[in-house]
Amino acid sequence: MSSTLQDLIDQPYQHGFVTDIESDVVARGLNEDVIRLISAKKNEPDWLLEFRLSAYRHWLTMTAPEWATVDYPPIDFQSIAYYSAPKAKKKLASMDEVDPELLRTFEKLGVPIHEQKALAGVAVDVIFDSVSVTTTYKKRLAEAGVIFCSFSEAVQEHPELIRRYLGTVVASNDNYYAALNSAVFTDGSFCFIPRGVKCPMELSTYFRINTQESGQFERTLIVAEEGAQVSYLEGCTAPQFDTNQLHAAVVELVALERADIKYSTVQNWYAGDANGVGGIYNFVTKRGLCKGDHSRISWTQVETGSAITWKYPSCVLEGDHSVGEFYSVALTNHHQQADTGTKMVHLGRNTRSTIISKGISAGVSSNSYRGLVQIGPKASGARNYSQCDSMLIGDRCAANTFPYLRVMNDSSTVEHEATTSKIGADQLFYFASRGIDNESAVSMIINGFVKDVFTQLPMEFAVEASKLLGLKLEGSVG
Amino acid sequence: MKDPQAMPVLEVRGLRATVGDGVEILKGVDLLVKAGEVHAIMGPNGSGKSTLSKVLAGHPDYTVTAGEVIFRDRELLAMPAEERARAGLFLGFQYPVEIPGVANSQFMRLAYNSVQTARGGEELDPLEFDDLVRERMKYLEMDPAFLERSVNEGFSGGEKKRNEILQMALLDPTVALLDETDSGLDIDALRIVAGGINRLRREDNAVVLVTHYQRLLNYVIPDYVHVFDDGHIVRTGDKFLALELEERGYDWITAPAAANSAQAQAR
Repeated sequence: MSSTLQDLIDQPYQHGFVTDIESDVVARGLNEDVIRLISAKKNEPDWLLEFRLSAYRHWLTMTAPEWATVDYPPIDFQSIAYYSAPKAKKKLASMDEVDPELLRTFEKLGVPIHEQKALAGVAVDVIFDSVSVTTTYKKRLAEAGVIFCSFSEAVQEHPELIRRYLGTVVASNDNYYAALNSAVFTDGSFCFIPRGVKCPMELSTYFRINTQESGQFERTLIVAEEGAQVSYLEGCTAPQFDTNQLHAAVVELVALERADIKYSTVQNWYAGDANGVGGIYNFVTKRGLCKGDHSRISWTQVETGSAITWKYPSCVLEGDHSVGEFYSVALTNHHQQADTGTKMVHLGRNTRSTIISKGISAGVSSNSYRGLVQIGPKASGARNYSQCDSMLIGDRCAANTFPYLRVMNDSSTVEHEATTSKIGADQLFYFASRGIDNESAVSMIINGFVKDVFTQLPMEFAVEASKLLGLKLEGSVG
Repeated sequence: MKDPQAMPVLEVRGLRATVGDGVEILKGVDLLVKAGEVHAIMGPNGSGKSTLSKVLAGHPDYTVTAGEVIFRDRELLAMPAEERARAGLFLGFQYPVEIPGVANSQFMRLAYNSVQTARGGEELDPLEFDDLVRERMKYLEMDPAFLERSVNEGFSGGEKKRNEILQMALLDPTVALLDETDSGLDIDALRIVAGGINRLRREDNAVVLVTHYQRLLNYVIPDYVHVFDDGHIVRTGDKFLALELEERGYDWITAPAAANSAQAQAR
């Protein structure tokens, strides 16, 4: 492969700085006392502490999953700090009291946390290490009846809702990393859209890991009641450290009858350097439950960061006529490894699901799609369509596709299509011979490859995501 | 068409080039192309004639080891491939590459605008470009549906070649190198493609046809026919040389040439 092409995909990470801010960090290590301490710091009710402890006790009996096509040394869970928060002097009354250093951090990252400067129509919850720093537009949302706040706040203000829905989609013992998260989660976002309300603006959470020895374990819960609609966006970055950091999040979505949840992610955690040193281990459990008839959950993800990504945003289609969608672009470069995909579990009648996955591998990276389509015995008339395309840049990377189809109902239809293509020197020469430089050529090929997914993103995010892919894939032509 | 006063547009002097691990493919090529001329480069398979067109267009797989190329008063070899295209050199590919996911119309508009911008012309927006490209497609009897398909993806051999000539028509080159444009064409397609090439011929541009067979030359009449063998031109004649080659094959020219070069190496 020509050196030119490699140059195009070797863009430096833009968000690798560290904010110098005084933090309240719980000593490294994990045991029941640490969990009690986190729970106490957050002034949690007893039932939540019990939820954590039972998850922890279960986790102790579990082993880390080994079936994914990723390779990493065992994680020392005792070397991680499970709580790190910027020190706040007192309860903040307004944004003006937020530590200016924090404000500058998010300004640098381009995250709009000042409402007056914010993107019109996007409310943001900002998570820094283990805690939520601020949530914008709360008032305006409240007028519409929408609750959008940090998870910790929700535990204090709306404990009945949290208790009713927490762990109902991803049980605290669902899998190794979900159990760990259930034991030690620190913050995250909570959204509640009441019956019949169409959320008046996009909701968004921005995650930032800052402390070197900390892990991030956030928990997001979104509930859309009957006929409610919401579009939620998530973005994330982390500083450049030469050690690996663990990010093990859990996201639960609940859609009641005719509710519609659209969940979009642009993931840009630090991926490690060109030699594979450092970077985030992104081990995440995301699942949505289409509980009511005619409900719909749609996942769109653009995964560009992390040293290792292990993530399968899924839909459980319980309600009749419910719809699940998964649109994914996963880009890996250098030594990055991604094993990502989805699960579509059809339980109700006439349920439908669509999977569009686009994997782009460059450098010596490994990029796997892993997806399960399961049609239950009662899911008569269920339909699934899956399309998994891989694109290779250079000849030292790998792309795999692992589709699992489990069909227990003969009135259902399942389709799977897959392609593999490669950006080669011959394609670039063809563009060049028509007056088009390599940078524009790669961008045109990649944009053509991902367009089916990018059209699913909300407008502002599509622009961001396109820029992000551009940053990762374009640059100085050598 | 031969005009002694015509301006040289492409002059190749002593061009040598190697591929991959240093194997020499071009072994001293000399060629002078003037405005208004049609040249045919013929020769057996493996003689290096396709390599010549790729080297001139700037393919990264080849390394030029000696010689120089003057293209419209500029040092061609110093320019990156995309610069050569913008300056007015066009390569029609023997095997046009497929580019999945990129619409033909989008690709051609980007190409058109890149070239136009470099020449100080106006860029066209998608609607304006659509008008232009549809008009050009008529002459090549191409279905406008090709605009929405991915570049060359799933095109038949003949469709790919027509698509190449369409791009040539859009980019309006000073020198068009057409590499085996006739291969894989049935007789009707050959007539249409040749008609497309003839339509683009002017006093101020030139065409270099690289071909194995003489049948395209029945439609596009060459001013010069060059026989290529073992990395260089071994004989130059007029259109009757092509007819003679058709009748007698290449051996009567290339065998002594091979012997000569063997002798040369022995010395």
